[in-house]
Amino acid sequence: MTTEFRRFRGTPGYLTSDALESAVNCALALEKPLLVKGEPGTGKTLLAEAISAAFEAPLITWHVKSTTRAQDGLYVYDTVARLYDSRFGDGDVRDIRRYIKFGPVGEAFRADRRVVLLIDEVDKADLEFPNDLLHELDRMRFRVGETGDDVVARQRPIVIITSNNEKDLPDAFLRRCVFHFIDFPDQELMRRIVAVHHPGLDAALLEQCLSVFYEVRGMQRMRKRPSTSELVDWIAVLQRAGITSVRLDRELPFLGALLKKEQDLAAFADQLSGGRKFRS
Amino acid sequence: MIVPFLYALRRRKLPVGAQEAVNLARALSLGLHESSLEGFYEVARALLVHSEQHLDDFDIAFAEHFRGVTFDAVKITEEIRGWLEEVQKLRELTEEEKASIEALDLDELQRLFEQRLKEQTSRHDGGNRWIGTGGTSPFGRGGYHPTGMRVGPAGGGGGGAVKSADARRYKGYRTDVVLDLRQIEVALRRLRAFTREGYPDELDIEGTIDATAKNAGELDVVVRPQRRPDTRVLLIMDVGGSMEPYADAVSQVFSAAKRATHWKELRTFYFHNCVYGRVYRTDHFADPIGVHELLRVTSPKYKLIFLGDALMAPYELLATSADQPGNPPTSGLHWLSVLREHFPHSVWLNPEAPRGWSGNTIEAVRSVFPMFHLTVDGLTEAVQELTRRR
Repeated sequence: MTTEFRRFRGTPGYLTSDALESAVNCALALEKPLLVKGEPGTGKTLLAEAISAAFEAPLITWHVKSTTRAQDGLYVYDTVARLYDSRFGDGDVRDIRRYIKFGPVGEAFRADRRVVLLIDEVDKADLEFPNDLLHELDRMRFRVGETGDDVVARQRPIVIITSNNEKDLPDAFLRRCVFHFIDFPDQELMRRIVAVHHPGLDAALLEQCLSVFYEVRGMQRMRKRPSTSELVDWIAVLQRAGITSVRLDRELPFLGALLKKEQDLAAFADQLSGGRKFRS
Repeated sequence: MIVPFLYALRRRKLPVGAQEAVNLARALSLGLHESSLEGFYEVARALLVHSEQHLDDFDIAFAEHFRGVTFDAVKITEEIRGWLEEVQKLRELTEEEKASIEALDLDELQRLFEQRLKEQTSRHDGGNRWIGTGGTSPFGRGGYHPTGMRVGPAGGGGGGAVKSADARRYKGYRTDVVLDLRQIEVALRRLRAFTREGYPDELDIEGTIDATAKNAGELDVVVRPQRRPDTRVLLIMDVGGSMEPYADAVSQVFSAAKRATHWKELRTFYFHNCVYGRVYRTDHFADPIGVHELLRVTSPKYKLIFLGDALMAPYELLATSADQPGNPPTSGLHWLSVLREHFPHSVWLNPEAPRGWSGNTIEAVRSVFPMFHLTVDGLTEAVQELTRRR
């Protein structure tokens, strides 16, 4: 068997693992949505940008919120604009199509070329939200009720869905997706990731940063463990400030870039003072 | 080689079905695994696992199944070609046939698959070929394979994939939940009602058309407040003692209730065995609130859910005692009746199986509250009871 599709191999700015590449390629080949889960800050959203860059396909992002309905992604019929137009006689109000505003899914279907559709944080929405989208994502078409028009995807978009695990997703939805869980990077991969973001970083400082970082991540009682994005930000701050060496002590510079919660800062201080203040 | 692996996954309770099998066959036929066991591991994991809580089971099954297997690229290709014929058939289906497949409902599909699964096991055990059911299924389920080859001789070192599967990095994501949280959430979802209150910021199309017509065609825009949830729930739970064995189930319902975003308000209280004059705000019986005080601050609109086994010594339910010095003595049963009378929408959820509901204190409690078994089905019935109009 020969393969006729282009494979995803990561981009210079986004490092992948074999597992991730394999999952992306499965999704591409089988034309299924790719569901990406993982700790916050492990690059779920960036993956969609990387795929978009690798295939030179425009990225259409749909940020899901708790109030988002599936319908919003397809289209919205702007009745108020139409009413006002009829009131003031602007434009041709008989043409309903002028008042149909397409959402991200609608835009992705209507695009002339293949696009990457990112449905970001799908678990933020209502419990039934993913089920409401099943049919549209499966068939890659939907009907605009007001006009009777069928919107059919000209080029099947690459669909990337991210989830933070706030809610369980329905089984029927899961079955239709290719699943990938982004691991937290090990030290070796992290070294390469940091090198991508900070090319000229001093090797000694990098080693110190990494050892401090994994030490802090491994601490007990952390509510929000620092992740890749925090490490990258922290190193950026250190470089700006011209700091050339760090070591793990209570005066760790710019600790706030790593730890975002007050309880975590307290836990950090507690454990560095030898756990004397530690109480369960 | 591969089909038995799918069954190995099913034995580990991974929800792997016909759809996953077909997907895997298609992926392999496209060469996505790049003719290596490592590649196969990644592809299979992406397509067969749907949630990180199953990753650990997948790794265990993979390591067990493929240990000591050297990956023979030639033979695996032949095997895939066998699968491929099935997939080809799938592609040659007419539109009508495709429609009929889509018309199959999920339960039927599940049942068919289970049936096939049984047949598969017996043939596999009986003969030397691990075949499917003759390839009549349009799904290519089981992958009919008359030559019945084994891929690769035993012996030889395991590949890198087995090694990484052996590492079991996903142990921490297992859940092994007894009652499915999502099922409970879905059952509780039906317990909702909406009302329009607050700032009017939504266009009322019907109202606007009405008003405009009355206004002799001059546009008169009518707005109204948005629909918001209006269900208030009171959850009172029995903790400790005979409820200990059900602690998991109770905490599942509790967290599902806590996570429900479609309620306006949820109040939870605790009691032990029976309610005597007061309930408690914490599960270690601190911060009590008197029942009369509770009734004062909660209107009869609240939906009351009791959660408890209703099992106690008869005197706990029937003996009278005064809740406070000076008040007339009352029995536990009386307090339950007071609550029942105040809240027309109330149910009792019992984790005890219904066959033990007679000849003990449960019977007495049942005479006061409609009682339902604490299962997903029972919960659904209870919600129906709560939403019934009175």
